[in-house]
Parts: sequence; C-alpha cells; structure tokens
Amino acid sequence: MPFLREFGSYLPERIVSNAEIGAHVGCDAEWIKNVSGIDQRRFAADDESVADLALRAAQSCLEKAKLSASALGMILIASGSTERQFPGPAATVAHRLGLDSTPAIDVPLASAGTLFAMSLASRLCDSLGEILVIGAEKMSSVVLRQPMERGVAILFGDGAGACLVSPSEGKARVLGSALHSDGAFAEDLRLPFDRPLEMNGRSVILQATRKVPRAISELLEKHGRKAADVGTFLMHQANQNLIDRIALALEVPADRFYSNIARYGNTSSASMLIAAAEWAEAGWPTGQPVCFAAFGAGFHWGALPAQVEA
Amino acid sequence: MDKRTKINEILNEIAGKAISPADDESLFDSGLLDSFALADLVSAIEKAFDCKIPDADLNPRKFDSIERIEAYLEDHGK
Repeated sequence: MPFLREFGSYLPERIVSNAEIGAHVGCDAEWIKNVSGIDQRRFAADDESVADLALRAAQSCLEKAKLSASALGMILIASGSTERQFPGPAATVAHRLGLDSTPAIDVPLASAGTLFAMSLASRLCDSLGEILVIGAEKMSSVVLRQPMERGVAILFGDGAGACLVSPSEGKARVLGSALHSDGAFAEDLRLPFDRPLEMNGRSVILQATRKVPRAISELLEKHGRKAADVGTFLMHQANQNLIDRIALALEVPADRFYSNIARYGNTSSASMLIAAAEWAEAGWPTGQPVCFAAFGAGFHWGALPAQVEA
Repeated sequence: MDKRTKINEILNEIAGKAISPADDESLFDSGLLDSFALADLVSAIEKAFDCKIPDADLNPRKFDSIERIEAYLEDHGK
C-alpha cells in the first residue's frame, strides 16, 4: 500500500515583481494580478540549472524524512524546461545524491509530470521501495526567449518540489490515481526548440475546467468519497482564476484549494509539490483526504487522492 | 424564441451586463468576454439547448462569435 512520506521544496532567492516582468512585455502589475492572481515569482540565477533546483528539493525532502539517499529504489524527475534534450536531470541528481546505480528516470511532461510520476511511484514502490519524485523547472529560461508574449511571460516562475513515496510508511495513504492524455490538443500548449512557449490559453482553460473536475469526481467516487469530503486540494498552480473555476465546478469552497500562486507564479511541474511542502509544513491535518490534481501540455491530466492517517 | 435571441440572452447573462456584439464579432478578442467566461458560455449553451458538447468539440474558435455558435448548434441538430 503506497504512502506519501514527506515533501520538500526549493525556491530560488531572486524575487521578480509584476512590475519587473510587466516592463519586459508592456503591461502593468495590476493587469497581471487580475488575469492570473500572481504578485511575484522567483527566477533562478543564470548559473543554476534544473538539476541544481531539483537537487535542493530532493535534499530538503530526504532531510525531513530522515532518510539517506542510499535507501532510494528509484528517482523520477518531471521537468519541461531542461537545458538539453538528453540526458535529463534525473541521472545528474542521482549522481549528486551519491547514487551510482539507482534507476533515475526523466518524465518530460511539464505541468502534469509530477502527478504522473507520483502515480507511477505509488504503483512501483511495492517492488522498488522508497521512490523520490521531483518536479523542477527553470521556466525563466523559456519565457524570456524572444519574442516574448505577455500572456505567457507573466505567468511562470522557477522552483522545485519533491515527494517521497513509500511502500510501508508515511503520513498519507494513497487511495488511487487516475491519469489521462489527449493528444488532440497537443498543439495548444507546446515548447518548440529555441522558441518561446506557445499557448492557446482559451483552449487550456476550456479543457482544464472540464477535464480536471471530472477526473477528480470520478476517482473520488470510485473510492467512496466525494469532493466535499476532501480537506485540501493540492493542485498544479497554473492560474488562480482557473483554480477558482475548478473549485466552482466541484461545488467546494475555493479556500479548500491550497494556493501559493500569488508568491511563486506557475512553476509548471514543480508547483504542486511546492504547494504540498508548504501545506505539510503547516502540519498534516488528519481525518480528511487530500487530493492532488494537475493539468498540462499534452494535454495530460489526472488526480491522486490520499488519506491523511490519524 | 429563435436561436440567435437565445444566444444573445446567454451572452448578456455571462457578461453580467447588456452587450450587443455583431453576429460575426469575436466575443473574446473584442474583450466583451474574458477567456474564463468561455467555460461558462459553453455550459450555458449546453443547458439552454439541452445538449452535451463533447470535449473533442471544445475548440474556442467554434464558440467565438454568435454566428459560429449558431452554426455549431445547427450542425448538431439544435
């Protein structure tokens, strides 16, 4: 039976205000806040790589779990903003954690990648043992490419989050997971080589507001629960307006959706686990399920509820 | 009530104020509705015309103007 044992995160030091990013793309800070709910985001230093960010989140998670990296059976790293085609950051992070033969796999799915990796980890941990899932993104290297498009450039930030999935112990028991993909919309959110990220925002909004609530409801129902039973939704922090729409569709109060997008922007695959690390830092409220959910390029989307153990 | 009048009623409700877009005017590029209203618009169309719009048909362009919404509904027997 899989458990979520611990979370970790890392945010780069440099804070980029709406005024600063707005000056690049010709829009004001208030407009950015209104369309996204974002006040600021973090940008990594020029010499910080996706693997650097991932390593810091991994170390934070392992330290909190009081677990040596040598106990890991696998590492899965989601990222859509890696610096090169291959190898991805997984092998580098494993090496820098002192591992020389533990399988380390890249999951290049961007926003939904961490959810997919958590689902895979929860299904593999019985045979592989403790699995470290990381989402790490240096989106600044993507959104600052020319020509900058304001609807994209204002949204994203850098950071990393991590989750330790265990076959035997943890504070939250994974109830199940549902993963979905629909390539019919693959062109609506894409990152070509050497060009900025391209997004059909209306298509993303339209599909996400339909698909995510449905995935959550169907999965919870399968496990004898409904959205109203969930204590906290830990969702990919894409856009505050989108999160609010999904809360509305599920008929649950918007404040059940943990939100830190105002402080960090959309950190793609990292965002859900950064949110989880903050939520866990404030204590793991027991008795009610927590529900992870994500939607992103592909389109890929899904949900993963877990029962916080008393 | 004819289809176009019904669509106009929906648009006014979604916008939360009286709007009167030209039949071929983009509802979103014109700023009459914001992108997040698109999901509300599609849900309201489903309810008003008693139909289920499949995800595969959820292309924003199909619902971008009164005449495109009308054409979609006509293509689907509504």
